This record gives sequence, C-alpha cells and structure tokens, in this order.
Amino acid sequence: MIHGPHVDWFALSPELALLAAAAVALLGAVLVPRSWRTPFGAIVAAAGFVASFAFDAVLFAQSPHGQTIVDGAMRRDRFGALAGLIVAAAGLLAVGVSYGERIREHSGEYYALLAAAGGGMIFLGFADNLMTLFLGLEWFSIALYILCAIDGDRERSLEAGLKYLVVGSFGSAILLFGSALVYGATGTIDFERIATATATQHLSGDALLVGGLAMLLVGFGFKTSAAPFHMWTPDVYEGAPTPVTGFMSAATKTAALAVMLRVLITAFPAEEHLWTVTVAVLVCASLAVGNFAALAQANIKRLLAYSSVSQAGFMLIGVASANKLGAEAVLYYLIPYGAMSLGAFAVVAARERELNTAVTLDNLSGFGWERPLLGASMATFMLGFAGFPLTGGFMGKFLVFSAADEHGWWWLTVVGVLATALSLYYYLGVVRAMYMRPSEELQLAPVGGSPPRELLLQVVAGSCLVITVASFVFVQPLLDLCQKAAAALPY
Amino acid sequence: MLTTVLVWLPIAAALAIWLLPLSRYAAGSFALLVSLVEVGLWIDALLRFDFGSPKLQFAQQTDWISSLGVSYSVGLYAFSLWLAGLSVIVMAAAVAYAFWAGRERARAYFGLMLFLTGAVIGVFSSQDLLLFYAFFEMMLIPLYVLVGVWGGPGRRAATIKLVIYTMVGSLLMLAALIVYGLDEGTFDLNKMHASNNTWIFLGFAVAFAIKAPLFPLHGWLPDAYRKAPPEVAAVLSGVVSKTAVYGFLRIVIAKFPEPVHDFRVPILVLATIGLLYGSLLAFRAPDVRGVIAYSSLAQMGLITLGLFAANDLGFDGAILQSVNHGLVSAALFLLAAMVERRTSTGDFDRLGGMARGRPLLATLLIAGGVLTLAVPFSTNFAGEFLVLAGVFQQGWAYGALGALAMVLAAMYALRLISAVLHREPGSAVSDAALDLRPAELGIVVPLVGCLIALSFWPAAISGHAFGGNGKATGALTAPAPYPSSLPMNCVIEKTRFGTMGQCQVVFKKAASK
Repeated sequence: MIHGPHVDWFALSPELALLAAAAVALLGAVLVPRSWRTPFGAIVAAAGFVASFAFDAVLFAQSPHGQTIVDGAMRRDRFGALAGLIVAAAGLLAVGVSYGERIREHSGEYYALLAAAGGGMIFLGFADNLMTLFLGLEWFSIALYILCAIDGDRERSLEAGLKYLVVGSFGSAILLFGSALVYGATGTIDFERIATATATQHLSGDALLVGGLAMLLVGFGFKTSAAPFHMWTPDVYEGAPTPVTGFMSAATKTAALAVMLRVLITAFPAEEHLWTVTVAVLVCASLAVGNFAALAQANIKRLLAYSSVSQAGFMLIGVASANKLGAEAVLYYLIPYGAMSLGAFAVVAARERELNTAVTLDNLSGFGWERPLLGASMATFMLGFAGFPLTGGFMGKFLVFSAADEHGWWWLTVVGVLATALSLYYYLGVVRAMYMRPSEELQLAPVGGSPPRELLLQVVAGSCLVITVASFVFVQPLLDLCQKAAAALPY
Repeated sequence: MLTTVLVWLPIAAALAIWLLPLSRYAAGSFALLVSLVEVGLWIDALLRFDFGSPKLQFAQQTDWISSLGVSYSVGLYAFSLWLAGLSVIVMAAAVAYAFWAGRERARAYFGLMLFLTGAVIGVFSSQDLLLFYAFFEMMLIPLYVLVGVWGGPGRRAATIKLVIYTMVGSLLMLAALIVYGLDEGTFDLNKMHASNNTWIFLGFAVAFAIKAPLFPLHGWLPDAYRKAPPEVAAVLSGVVSKTAVYGFLRIVIAKFPEPVHDFRVPILVLATIGLLYGSLLAFRAPDVRGVIAYSSLAQMGLITLGLFAANDLGFDGAILQSVNHGLVSAALFLLAAMVERRTSTGDFDRLGGMARGRPLLATLLIAGGVLTLAVPFSTNFAGEFLVLAGVFQQGWAYGALGALAMVLAAMYALRLISAVLHREPGSAVSDAALDLRPAELGIVVPLVGCLIALSFWPAAISGHAFGGNGKATGALTAPAPYPSSLPMNCVIEKTRFGTMGQCQVVFKKAASK
C-alpha cells in the first residue's frame, strides 16, 4: 500500500473552491435549461471566485510563517495568498465583464474554464517545486487556450487560440526543459533544495544549472509577455473575446510574476548576479518594444496588448532589483495594474458591444462624452498606465523605480522614466480620441441604436476606477500587505 | 488644517460638480462660489499669518508611505502664501470669465478648473517631495484636457507639445527625487539635507526650467498660450508658471547650494537671453496673445535672474515680480479674450481703433500695458528694480541688459496698446462691438486693483516674503549657501515703501556703509 503525503486541505481551499465552481458550472452546461445557462454559469463562477478570495484572505491571515505542505510540493505562505487574492479579484471582475458578452453556444463551459484557469493561477502562486510549477502553468494555460478560441464563429478567435496554443506550448516546453536541466545539475526539484544544493556542491556557474535557469527565464518571459517573448501577445489579445483578454492581462501576469519572483529568489540566490542582469535586459527590451510598437497601433486591443508588454517591463524592474522593496513593489504594482487593465478591457467590451465591431482609436471618438462614467474610467486607466498621480499606477512606478535605485541601478530608473515619457503619446492618444476629436469625426453607434447600458459593466469599470484611485491614497495599508507577503521570500 | 482645506476644497467641489447632475448655470455659479470661498479662506490665512516668524505655518502632517519616509505634509511659508494668494485670485477671475463666456460642457469644464486650483495650491504648499511631485503632475491633467477640448484650432498639436515637454522634464525630476529621497531616507523637505549631486540638481532644475519656461526650453509656450482658451492661458502664464518659481526657490536653491553656485553663470546668462529674446519676440508678435505670451517668457527670465542672484534683494524681487506678473498677465489675457470675443480675431492686422467709444476697455488695457512695461511708481517697477539691483551684484552686465529689457518692454507694451486701441479701426472691429460689460469689469478690475494697491505698498510682499527678519536666506531650511551679511542687506529694509524715490535713498545708504 502506498502512503500518500499529509495534505493540508485548507491550504488548497482557494484552488478547490474554483475547481468545484468549474465542476458545477460544467454540470450546469448540461443540466440547466438553455436560457438559464449563462446566468447560472456566471453566478457559479462568481461564487467560486468570491469563495476563493475569502479562503485566500483567511489563508493570508493564518499563515504568518511560511511552511511547506503536501510533502514539499507546495508552500503555504502569505506570498502565494496575496497573489491568489489578486487573481481571485481579477476573476470576479472578469465574470462581470463576461456576462454581457455574446458567447453563442458554450456559456456554461466558458465560466467553467474561467474558474478553472483562476484555480490554476492560484495553484501556481503556491508552487514550491519545479513539478508543481509546471503543473500549475499548464493547468491555467490549457484553460486559457480554449477560452481564447471559444468564440468558434469568429475566425479571429480561433486564430488567437491556435497561436496562443502553439507559442504557449513552445514556452512551456522550454520551461520544462530548463527544469530538467536544473534537476540534472542539482538532483532536486524543490526550490529550497536547489539553493542548498547549489551552495553545498559549489554549483554556482555550473553550465547545466545556468542553462536551466536561462530556459526557465525564457519560459517566464513567455508567460509574463516580456519582450522578446511577447510576439503572441498582440494577436492573442486582439483575437480572444475581450473579457478573456482582460482576465489574461490581469491574472496571468500576476501569477507568472509571482512565481517568477518566488523561483528566482528561493531557488537561485547564488546566481543572482546572472538573473538580475538578464531580467534587466528583458526590462529594457519590453519597454522599448512595447512602447514603440504601441505608438503605431490603431486597434485599442492591440494597443493595450503592447501596453501590457511595456507594463510587464516596468514590473520586471522590481524583479531585477532583487531586493525586498522590489518584491513589494511588484506585488503592489499588480493591484492597480490588474484593476486598470481589466477596467480598460471592460470599457473596450462596452464599446465593442455598442458598435458590434473592433474598437479602434477612430471609433472611440466622442465616447467620453456619450458615456461619462466609462469615459472617465478609461481616461483614468490610461493616465494610470502612464503613471500620473492620483492613480496607483504612479505609486507602482515610484516603488519599482525606488527598488531599482536601492539596488544601485539608477540607470534602470532613467530607462523607465524615458519609457514612461514615450508611453504618454499613445496613452494620452486614447484620451484624445475619446474627448478631443472634432464632432465630424464621430462615428456613432450603428443604425438601430446602441444596446441598453449594461449595469454590470458599469459596476466593473467603476470598481476598477475605485481600486485605481484608492490604491494611490491608501498606499501604505496595501504596502503593509505586500511587505508581509514579501517577507515569506528568503531575501 | 487651513492649508488642507485650501487644497482639497476645490478638488472635492470638482468631484461634486462631476457627479451631480447640475445645469450649466448651476455648475458655473457653484464653481465661482467655491473659487470665491478659496479667496476668502486665503484672506483668512493672510490675516492670521505671523509674518514675524520664518517658520512653516498652518502646517499639517500625516504619514502616507511611512516605510519610505513619505508623508502628507503641507504648510505655508510667507512666499508660498503670496503665491497661493495669486493663484486663488487668478483662478477666481478665470472661473468667473469662463462662467460669463458660457463654456460648453460646463460640468466637465468647471470641475477641471477647480481640480486645477486644488493642484496648484497643493504645489505651493507641499512640504514633502513626493507630494510636491504628485501635485506638480496633477496640474497637467486638467491643463491637458482644458486646452485639448476647449482650445482653439490647432489645439491638438499644442497639447501634445505641452504634455511632452513638461512630462519629459517632470519625469526626469521623478528619477532625481527618487535617488535623492532614498539617499536621505525621507522625502520631507524640512528634514532633507542639502545635496551636492549635480545630476539630481539638473533633474530638478530642468523640470522647472521647462515649466517656467526658460529659454531655450520654451518651445511649447507660444502654441499653448495661443491655442488654449484665453482664461486657461491666463492661468498658465499667471499661475502655473509660478510653480516653477516655487520649485526653484523651495527645492533647487534651498537644497542644492553647491550646484547652484556652479551653474549660476549659465543660468543667469540663459535667463538674460530669455529676457531679451522674449522681449524682442513680443515686439515682433503679430497678435495680442503672442505679445503677452512672449512677454511672459521674458518676465520668467527676469524672475529667474532674481532667484539666481542669490541674495535677499533678488529673492524678494522675484517673489514680488511673480505676483505682479501673474496678476498683470492674467488681466491682459482676459482683456485679450474680451477683444477676441468682440472681433473674433487677435491679429493686429485686423484690429485697431478700439479706444473710440470704448473708454472702459481702453482704460483697462492701457492700465495693463503700462503696468507691464513697469512704469515708475508701479509695483512691477518695484519688482523689476529689486531683481535688477539683486542681480547687479552678480555682474553689472546682467543689470544693464535687464534694464535694456525694460526699454524693450515699453516698446512691446506700447505697440500692443496702439495696435488694439489706436490707429484707424481695423477690419474686424465693427461699430457694434460694445465696450466692456459690467460683468467683465467685475472680472478684470479686481486684478488691476490688486496691482494698483500693491503699487502703493510693494513691500507688503517684498518685505514680507520670507518672514522673520525678511531675509530669504534664513527662511529656507537648508543651511544658507550665501553669506547673509551681504552689504546690500540694509537696502531691503529701506525698500519697504519702495518705488523709485525710496530706492535711490537706499542706494546712498548702501554706498555710505
């Protein structure tokens, strides 16, 4: 008889809640009458995310000292719990954005996959060895591949799903290969034991280990959509249904950055001099590619995709700094970033449903005046991405720049500042399109009038607006949370 | 508490205007009411202000980001009080004008104006570097939208220039302030020590030089001042440019004594060039707003001369001249707006002869022009005189060239007056164009009135800009970089009532010492 390891079920509750929600939603896709499927699925998924958020919150409160669980496969600590909180909140908001989306056939499956993807991301945040890391990564990636392609009537959506599948699998494969090399070098897959093995066996600089680390970084680059591993981002963001894009941009980035921080800090402290430089190179590439490419975009979803590449660059500054402030800064930055990103896609979804066509800068003309709340929210999100005060985006940038300076890399601050200056042009371009286009450029809603205002969408955009501004004002309480979470990492 | 109210009352009112379904009339009158309440609050602060003390007053401090030493810390020094006063008065005039002119999309418009008021007062009162930066950036948001939505033709290019210029400057400042603040372990301006890092100094100095603007960083100025709605141009040139003066004084000069010393000559030279170049451009400008815009460039050069003269005369003169220029340029921009409203153009080619039958307009425009050219016995003259006397100690050439600029000022101001008021009636001036209405008088006369009152007692500001003994050098918290026993110090005591007569007396005393 095989004795299984002791399982701390409570530590797994956030993922389990979402898995349960996914299962119920799937059952609903079969058992619930057709007309009730969408509300049923949405309510179940929302309940799953709320429960997951609550479990994460309790887990955060009750895990002041990190401990390994499930025989070292996972780690129960505040770091994972905070990442889980962000993912769960993003998921809940994404459900709100999804509700009005015209998903023709598979709404039950849609919500099941959304919940499952969320579960995978939260699982990834708690991963403590290379096996669970890969498991979590594939878990949410597969769910997302299908979500991208779920709108089977639209060629764009299918294309996005396929592209994401091919490129994403490639990234995962590289990550897996890297894991194998690291295992080959150190003989262990456990993050902490990799660090001890590196130290005791004097493996620092070992070719296998360094090669493995490099491949892991490439894998993380794919998932955080950092340049030069970002090429899937614009196409997938454009083609996927807008709520899925919103969820991906907020939650995937959270999970990927969290696990990246955890792996680099826990498993590779001895190679810090190597990966800090590599991440700094990723930062520079992302900032350059993301910002320059975004300048030329007319399609808002593509613009936001490149903006997410550039935002990944900003957040990676915190990773590259390899200090506590950096980790706190990344965790903090993810909160307003998630809100701004989801909020922006919620607004795009609203316009898309109004016009029944892809949203471009041109057909945003006059939107700000027609839809005051959505317009003001979108303007705030754009200003937040650009790092204007009164939004958490400003504080996020301030904190990552501070972390870089603390690391002694003031030049990285200067790079970030220059990239910010560049980004102003397209972020303010969106504001300009919404408010400042002369009336003859107005492209009004199609004949037959725009659909009635969606209350849920307005609520989501409004909540994102509140989070964006509140994270500026109440930066210290949030930073306290991030400090507690970052304390779980062995700096 | 009073400072906090001054900063946040207009911002809260802005939110109220945006959220409540007010009519155009209600939104405008509410905004005007709030602006007037701001003026009232400022007068209250003025009456309760202890000018005998060089300390920070009406201060309030609360932790904000305690782990990095950032706090919400506001308060007023004497010079901040004067600049804040300038802001509330000019903003009230601008809001009143916009209300009278009936701006489209009134709720958005007046909300943004109030938001701008709060941000500007925030800049003048913040005692924390990050808070200062936050307010400094916050100003740009309403300005961007105000110019971009309500501006004239060509406004899009103007806003892009305005934003890119100022943001590049202020983002460099962000990098500089992070390095500086983390080095010090606190962002509290009253606790930070002086630094001698040239790069950090440049980060701040360039940001303020763009905001002011100083030659050769003034590329955004002509477009922004011409394309903006006139009352926003009044605010830009009257108030927003003065945030740079505050930044120079409170941060650059107070915290970077050594770099300031090293860079004094280049800065003074650039300021002098700006003064002369701006004056010449103003003389050549083909339209009303162009003259005022370039004269602002010149005046900012003059104020910078005063600031970097680095003695009490220069500091006092710079503050006095900031207030003077703020009031006079706001008044002129609003008068330009009234002219443009009647003729739908600001081009001198199509203007002229407006004095006939329009005595009120003529009187006010002449008053504004004469104040701009710093006629003796005016407060502008006192300000310019103090500045030039101050900078004279850094080199007689600055003083001489500055005096030359006063002649140029007379040329462009008189040209402005004659081109609008005299000569044959221009093609755009119809007989139906009325004289100023009572409401318009109510907007401009207080501004000109303030200037005339100051002309009787310029020392109200120049003698009370730094509290205590009236010496700027002791009032700033950093170790004073200048010997405070400059021989000219006795002069400041005697310019208290200073127009031309008194100043001469003072010079004799200084010489006899």
